[in-house]
Amino acid sequence: MALLEIRNVVRRFGDFTAVDGVSLEVASGEFFTLLGPSGCGKTTLLRMIAGFDDPDQGDLLLDGKSLRDIPPEQRPIHTVFQSYALFPHLSVVENVAFPLRMAKVAPAEIQRRVQEALASVHLSEKQRHLPHELSGGQKQRVALARGLVNRPRLLLLDEPLGALDAKLREEMQVELINLQKNVGITFVFVTHSQAEALALSHRIAVMNQGKVEQLDEPSRLYGFPRNRFVADFIGKINMLAATVVASGSDHLELDVAGVGRVLGPPQPAMPVGTRGQFAVRPEQVRIGAGSVDSAGPLSNRVKGRILDFLYVGDVTTYLVELENGTRLEALLPNSAPGRAKFFETGDPVELAWSAEVGVFLDA
Amino acid sequence: MPKRSAERTTRWLVSGPPTLFMLLFFLAPSLIMVLASFRYPGTFGGLAPMFGAGRPGEDTGLTLENYRFFLSDFIYVEIFIKSFAVALLSTLICLLMAYPLALLIARSPKGRRDLMVLLVILPFASNFLIRVYALMILLGPQQALATSLNGALALFGLGRVNLLFSSFAVVVGMVYVHLPFMVLPLYTNLEKHDPALLDAAQDLGANGWQRFWRVTFPLSLPGIFSGSALVFIPVLGMFAIPDLLGGTRDILIGNLIKDQFLGTRDWPFGSMLSIMLTVVVLGFAAIAARLSRRDGAREEA
Repeated sequence: MALLEIRNVVRRFGDFTAVDGVSLEVASGEFFTLLGPSGCGKTTLLRMIAGFDDPDQGDLLLDGKSLRDIPPEQRPIHTVFQSYALFPHLSVVENVAFPLRMAKVAPAEIQRRVQEALASVHLSEKQRHLPHELSGGQKQRVALARGLVNRPRLLLLDEPLGALDAKLREEMQVELINLQKNVGITFVFVTHSQAEALALSHRIAVMNQGKVEQLDEPSRLYGFPRNRFVADFIGKINMLAATVVASGSDHLELDVAGVGRVLGPPQPAMPVGTRGQFAVRPEQVRIGAGSVDSAGPLSNRVKGRILDFLYVGDVTTYLVELENGTRLEALLPNSAPGRAKFFETGDPVELAWSAEVGVFLDA
Repeated sequence: MPKRSAERTTRWLVSGPPTLFMLLFFLAPSLIMVLASFRYPGTFGGLAPMFGAGRPGEDTGLTLENYRFFLSDFIYVEIFIKSFAVALLSTLICLLMAYPLALLIARSPKGRRDLMVLLVILPFASNFLIRVYALMILLGPQQALATSLNGALALFGLGRVNLLFSSFAVVVGMVYVHLPFMVLPLYTNLEKHDPALLDAAQDLGANGWQRFWRVTFPLSLPGIFSGSALVFIPVLGMFAIPDLLGGTRDILIGNLIKDQFLGTRDWPFGSMLSIMLTVVVLGFAAIAARLSRRDGAREEA
C-alpha cells in the first residue's frame, strides 16, 4: 500500500483552479518530487498534505486513512519551509527539540535524539547559537534536523535549497540524498528547478496549471518526455515540426521540416499522418566540419551553418541554422586539451544523430 | 580635505539646534532642580538665597535637610509605594487589555489595520481634561453605572459603594488614558512576526495555546517592555487623574510634587521629591531597556 495517496484532489481559489484533479501515490521510503513552474499548484498541493489547506474535492490518505479533519499539528508529517522558519528566540538545540517537546517526549530522550539529529546534519558544534548567528546552509541544516527529529512518516520540503548559492546548493543536494537514505523517511520535495529534481528524486511528478503532466523516474522524464511541456521544461531540447510517415516496430519514420526523412525510436501507437514535433536533445546531436565521423551509424544527417555559440567552460553550445532557416542546438564537450572552440560563426557544418535518440510528440 | 570638513559642517548644522535646545531647556532646568533640592525654601515661596543673608527667619546656603525629612517620615515612602502600586496595576491592566487588541489588529487584513490603529489613537484628538471630566460624569453617583451597581449590591444586602473619588476611579482613569501607549508598541511588534513561524510551530505539533506561549509571546517581549515603560512612567508622574477622580486618600507622588510648588510653596522639597522619582524611574527604565535589548537581539534574524 502506498504511504501517501492523493485521490483526484481539486483546489480552487475563486475562479482560479490551483490544483486540478491530481492523483498520485508516494511509496514508503521514496524521494518524491513535485516539479513545476511557479503557480503550477505544487505548493498548494504541499500545503494540503501538511494540513494548512483542504481540498475542495478528492481526498488525501496516509497509510490508507483519510487526512480529512486531522489538523496539521496532529499529522505525522513535518515540513521544511522555504524560509526555514526557525524560531528566532530559540537556540539551535531548542529549535530542534521543539517537536519533541510538543510530543511530550521525556527530557532525557529529547536530549539524546536532539544530539543524534544534530550529528546527522553535522551541526553538533553550533548547539547554543541562535538562528541569526548561522549561515544560510547552517539554518537549512537546523530546519532539516528539526523536521526529522521526531521521525515523521513524511517530510515535506518546500524549495528548501532555493535561498542557497549555487555551490552550497550542490553540496546540500548530496547531503539531502545521503540523509534521506540514512534515515529512511519518505521525502516529498517541491521545486521549480529541474536540475535539482533530476539529481535528487526517485520519481518526479511534473506539474503544470494544476495538473500532473508526467510522473516518472528522472531518466525516463528526460529521455522520454510525454508532451511538449515536459520536453521543454526538463533540460534543453530542439523541437522541429514533423509528420509521421511510417510507424514500424523497429523505427518511427518522420518527415521533419528542413531536415527531411528522420528515423527515430519506435512509437508503435503513433498512426501514420500524425502531425507534431520531433524533439532531440542538444547533447544527442553530433556536429562536424563538412561531415560527421562516428563509430556507429548515424542515420540522420543535415547541413547547416554556425549562427552563434555559447562557451560555458565544460561544453560549448552551437546554434546551427539549416538551409530553410530552422535552428538547431548541438552540444560539444570541450574535453580535448588546449582547444575550447572548434567552429566560428558562419562555418558550414553537418549535424547528425542516431536513430536511437529523439522522441516524437503529438501533444 | 574639503569634503571631510564640509561633511563635518553639515553634521553640526543638522544636529546643532536640537542639541542646543535640549541643553537649554532640559539639561539646565534639571541641574537647577538638583541644586534646588539642596537649598532652603524662601519665606514667600521660591528659594532662599544660597549666598549672603536672606529675609528674616530664612535659612540660607546648602543643606541635606530635604532628603533627611523625606526619609524621616514614613508617609512619603508610603505615598511612593502606593504610587508604584497604582502604576504597576495600571500597567498590568493595560497589558492584559492591549495584548488581545494589538494581536487582533496585527492579524487583521493589511488594508484594515491602519483604520484600526487610527481608532486606537482617536481619543488623543480630544482634550485630555475633557475626557477625564467625561469619566467623572460616567462614574458619578447618580449615573446609570453607579445606580445599577448599587442596586445589584442592595439585592445581596450589601452597602452602597462610590465609584467616583476612589482608587478604583483613579485606576480606571489611568488605564483609559494610557491604553493606546500600550497598544501601539505591541502592535508594531506583533505585526512584524513572520506568519511562517506559527505555521512551522503548528506543523511541528504545537496546538493554539502552545503556539501562543512558545512563539508569539516570547517574540513579543520587546513590545511588552516598551509598552509597559510608556505606561508605567507617565502613570507614576500623573497628578490630574488622582486630583479629579481620586478621593482625599488617593494622593500619589504626582500630586505631592505639584502641591509643593502650587500649594505649600516648598520648592526645595518638591525638587527633592521629583529627583527621588526620577532616580527610581530611571532605574526601572534601565532594567526594561536591558531586557528589551536582550530579547530584541534575539528577534532580528
